Amino acid sequence: MRKLYPFPGGVHPPEHKSESNGRPIAQAPLLPRYVVPLRQHIGNPAKPVVKVGDRVLKGQMIGQPDGYVSTAVHAPTSGRVVAVAPQPVPHPSGIADLAIAIEADGEDRAIEYQPLLDWRSMDPSTLRNRIRDLGLAGLGGAVFPSYIKLNPKAAARIPTLILNGAECEPWITCDDRLMRERPHDILRGIAVMQALLHAEEVLVGIEDNKPEAMAAMQAAAEHCGFPLEVVAVPTQYPAGGGKQLTYLLTGKETPSGALSTDIGVQVFNIGTAYSLYRAIEFGEPVISRVVTVTGHVAEPQNIEVRIGTPIADLIRLAGGELAGASGRLIGGPMMGFDLRDDAAPVTKSVNCVIVKNPILFPPPPPPMPCIRCGECARACPALLQPFELYWYAKARDFGKAQGYQLFDCIECGCCSYVCPSHIPLVDYFRYGKSEIWAREREMQAAEQARKRHEFHLFREEREKQEKADKLAAKAAERLKQGAAAPATADPEAERKKAILQAAIERAQKAKANIQPRNVDNVPPDVQHEIAEIEARRARLREAAHAQDEDKA
Amino acid sequence: MTGSPYITQPRRETPRIMLLVLLALLPGIVAHWWLFGPGIWVSLLLCSLFAIGFESLALLMRNLPIGFYLRDNTALVTAWLLALSMPTLAPWWLYLVGVFFAIIVAKHLYGGMGQNLFNPAMVGFAVLILSFPVQMTQWPAPAALAAHVPSLTESFDLVFAGQGSLSIDAYTSATPLDSLKTQLRAGTAFDDIIGQAIFGHVGGTGGELVALMFLAGGLLLLALRLITWHIPVAFLGAMALTAGLIQLIEPGPQAGILFHWAAGGAMLGAFFIATDPVSAASTPRGKLIYAAGAGFLTVIIRVYGNLPDGVAFAILLMNIAAPLIDRYTQPRVFGHAGRKGKGSR
Ligand code: SF4
Ligand code: SF4
Repeated sequence: MRKLYPFPGGVHPPEHKSESNGRPIAQAPLLPRYVVPLRQHIGNPAKPVVKVGDRVLKGQMIGQPDGYVSTAVHAPTSGRVVAVAPQPVPHPSGIADLAIAIEADGEDRAIEYQPLLDWRSMDPSTLRNRIRDLGLAGLGGAVFPSYIKLNPKAAARIPTLILNGAECEPWITCDDRLMRERPHDILRGIAVMQALLHAEEVLVGIEDNKPEAMAAMQAAAEHCGFPLEVVAVPTQYPAGGGKQLTYLLTGKETPSGALSTDIGVQVFNIGTAYSLYRAIEFGEPVISRVVTVTGHVAEPQNIEVRIGTPIADLIRLAGGELAGASGRLIGGPMMGFDLRDDAAPVTKSVNCVIVKNPILFPPPPPPMPCIRCGECARACPALLQPFELYWYAKARDFGKAQGYQLFDCIECGCCSYVCPSHIPLVDYFRYGKSEIWAREREMQAAEQARKRHEFHLFREEREKQEKADKLAAKAAERLKQGAAAPATADPEAERKKAILQAAIERAQKAKANIQPRNVDNVPPDVQHEIAEIEARRARLREAAHAQDEDKA
Repeated sequence: MTGSPYITQPRRETPRIMLLVLLALLPGIVAHWWLFGPGIWVSLLLCSLFAIGFESLALLMRNLPIGFYLRDNTALVTAWLLALSMPTLAPWWLYLVGVFFAIIVAKHLYGGMGQNLFNPAMVGFAVLILSFPVQMTQWPAPAALAAHVPSLTESFDLVFAGQGSLSIDAYTSATPLDSLKTQLRAGTAFDDIIGQAIFGHVGGTGGELVALMFLAGGLLLLALRLITWHIPVAFLGAMALTAGLIQLIEPGPQAGILFHWAAGGAMLGAFFIATDPVSAASTPRGKLIYAAGAGFLTVIIRVYGNLPDGVAFAILLMNIAAPLIDRYTQPRVFGHAGRKGKGSR
């Protein structure tokens, strides 16, 4: 038995797994219309590469990665692009976002997939770029582009690879079903991760309320060809939090503000491993995923649907909402959010849709004053004092809230869950964070304004300088004409002259439309002085230039 | 519009917690009734009614929904703690004044529930003991020692109409804590004092059983996880340590550890008053420091002060320090440098 390191805090909400984990994963039929948002991952949204009217094939890239932290999106079926416009997306804000709507032609013709069966002999960076172009992102909910996480160069060494099969949120069972039904495929995906990261140990953490998944993964692990340990972790929310699972399995704390890779650990979700398997084995981009549809629906279950499936259709596939439904949640009840518009589609991050009713999800009781009972602090896995954070966030004293480490809050919801006064603590923390971000953006804007102003001053200075250069040129011209160049053998004078010459030439090359104004009236000695100064300046410039070249 | 989480832990609500605290007080109250007569019910009832009245008035003046806030039962907890700290069979206006200072001044003038710096019941108590020292030290004598135990109707009469036909000496006596101090100062030998009937076995006749029952109620609070172990353990521990030290350094015999635990408001203070989360320190280490301070001061005041008991003032003094203690005992946040592991929880 592996030694486990219990993480602090945590809660035990009713699990509600049995509603949906009894049926095998169902396959969704082809639907007439899909909506594929371009922002399905953390980072820059994909750039659309199709336009309205274009014919697309299944698996064709319709949005390309834009920048480093980005990944691609693909057409879920063959058909015609009918819209590239803001449309409802599953996001807490309910604000529409740019998405590509595709009308299916019913043929479901795919592009020619190029499997990556020879991935072991491929150049790692080529392989990673292929993974990026196949649109892989974490399917556990965070949707960070996978190709970046598979790059060990970012960190010195990643000896430990953790697969997150904890699935600690109530109601959600999509990873459970995947592990039960397709353990070998998941392990093939893990093998790629292990090889790319050169991980020495691979740990699959599964909450002990999923014995079937444990057994299936353990059986499959016996012939997977690399060291892999399937570890049962106690069922305690949020065991599936990245930092919590890392601590649970390794006893290592991810430092505040750092990534798990900084302590030699990389964490991937089970679903991500499965989609990596499909990418390698079939060359198939991420155009489908398993989603749990549960709660107040006729047939709660897991369904493998294409990315872009409108959530209204998804609910219909699970037998539809029952009478008295009171809304829909995306994700679990602890960290999910209310869906505003069921026209929004399934994206890579949608792992669960819960249809609410007033009995399962009663409206929140009215909050009472905080009695400082400390329940929230005892439940907080980040070891924060939520009631202090609440106090300061409510008073809009965000500096103090930050002092109490507001940004270490993982928004797991444990504090709100236990609060006997029903205070929506996490709402205050989200609000506090967004206010601080807004202020920081304002400060950055001010900083930029300051920089712009400084640049303006700099430009004025430069223009003055250019004027002076011209004066010098004029002055030098006169000197040449007047002095008739007496031959001096003095090498120092020669050098000065050469430099002067260089300065003159540079000045002549400079824009000539600014007329020197007062030079003509200056007495010759002053003119000479100007020339001398110019020469000195030129020398300095020369030296600096030479240095630059040395460096280059 | 509120966001996640969309579920709350069932069966843990502030009104319910307060109700459980009231329930946990019952064993002590019953013991009191058994030993000192039914007068305790009169003072509990009066304080409760006054508290509800003042609470409603305050909510009305602050324009808050009365029904919603009354439902939280905190005013009742304050009322009961005050009633249990005061002598029973005191004149009714004494309860009125005490509750007024507890509810109106200590609670609502500080911003209402959850915002008070001081424990409201202890503020009420402190005001009374400073303003009405005579009335506040006339405790009913234990039934076993009293010439007469007032019945329930007699108790009402006493509270509302004054002494009537009963002589005050017939049913009151000084408390063990008080008599010990006065007699020690008068030069009576310790063993002689302790041998008097009022001192019972360890903490005074009757007092020791009431203390035991409050201890039982406190253990119930612990078992229900309504309080943590930190405050009672540190409070009683510091009391024991201080009492032990005093025995060592002071010449002549002194009250022992058990006496201090069993006498006066020690158990009530350790489990029900010092643990009031609003006015106590709230970090694990902070609670230890806060309660140890209160326990220490309790004994010091009892031994060297002029007050009949030290619990109330010790707790009030530590209430002032609680915010500061919290500030300097913030636990290490996960992922920050410092002590590893789960922290002292
Ligand atoms: S759980 Fe609620 S009432 Fe208790 S301290 Fe935390 S915020 Fe306050
Ligand atoms: S939401 Fe934040 S403050 Fe609340 S328990 Fe989770 S980490 Fe702690």
